[in-house]
Amino acid sequence: MNLPVGKFKAGDRVTVKFEDRPGHIRTPWYIRGKSGWIERVYGDFLNPESLAFGRDGLPKRTLYLVAFNQSDVWPKTVGSRDKILVDIYEHWLTPAA
Amino acid sequence: MSDSDDTTKAPQDHGHDHPKHELSYYAKRIYAIRDLLLEKGVITDKDIQSQVEYQEARSPANGAKLVARAWVDPAFKSRLIGDPKAACAEMGIDATSINEFVVLENTAKVRHVVVCTLCSCYPRPILGRPPDWYKSFNYRQRAVNDPRGVMQEFGLELPDDVEVRVHDSTADIRYLVLPMRPEDTEGLSETELARLVTRDSMIGVMDALPTLPPS
Repeated sequence: MNLPVGKFKAGDRVTVKFEDRPGHIRTPWYIRGKSGWIERVYGDFLNPESLAFGRDGLPKRTLYLVAFNQSDVWPKTVGSRDKILVDIYEHWLTPAA
Repeated sequence: MSDSDDTTKAPQDHGHDHPKHELSYYAKRIYAIRDLLLEKGVITDKDIQSQVEYQEARSPANGAKLVARAWVDPAFKSRLIGDPKAACAEMGIDATSINEFVVLENTAKVRHVVVCTLCSCYPRPILGRPPDWYKSFNYRQRAVNDPRGVMQEFGLELPDDVEVRVHDSTADIRYLVLPMRPEDTEGLSETELARLVTRDSMIGVMDALPTLPPS
């Protein structure tokens, strides 16, 4: 496991940026704009958005396991205790308002 | 192409077999690429053969071995969850090609399901190639917005007080679900236990088999 150096820590509330741009984006559409919390800090990884185009992937990006309530992602599931957990790189996250 | 002007030689006659039936566009393309790589000395026939053997050797049997050992040996289970790659090495399973490997333990109160909504990320060294349904749009969509419905189709009915945790494997992490050991299996050997561990139970859409399947 790489040493975590990112700006978020487990438990922090975060919102996924709602951005629409071309490229090898690893942030699924359905989770953009949604809010959840940091479940786990995975460490720093080469940036796939750069690697996919034959570049060096630097600077590395901190990767987080971010948890969301099902009911915050899909309104029809109100009352559910189920969760969705997505691996998201730091540059896609902002502190939740 | 100046060094391959020998038109008297049949194009198929250069050291390895080509399929005899009509090939699709993509199959023709991949064979052409292979031949170019060989011709230019980038790779050898032996490299291809050993890579094919390596890919074929990777199968859900690897994952089943890990799970069965974890069921019978609590210390191994801790190591498998704490440092999965080291636990794989201990069992002679090569997981080094995975960037980061995470094992998700199912309990009576929590069930994990793995999907890759973006493509088909899958712990291939542990489970081999993903099943077609894992790569289908249907699964990739429904696993995140109706996981209980998907599990139901695989025969798993979960009460409301069980939490379902869907892992969307979007980046460098590969996930393996550690299913629960079925009840009343104390009499089974580790090898027999491994036969209860299906591929689908390690993706998380179902539990391990309750009893031994017919061999």
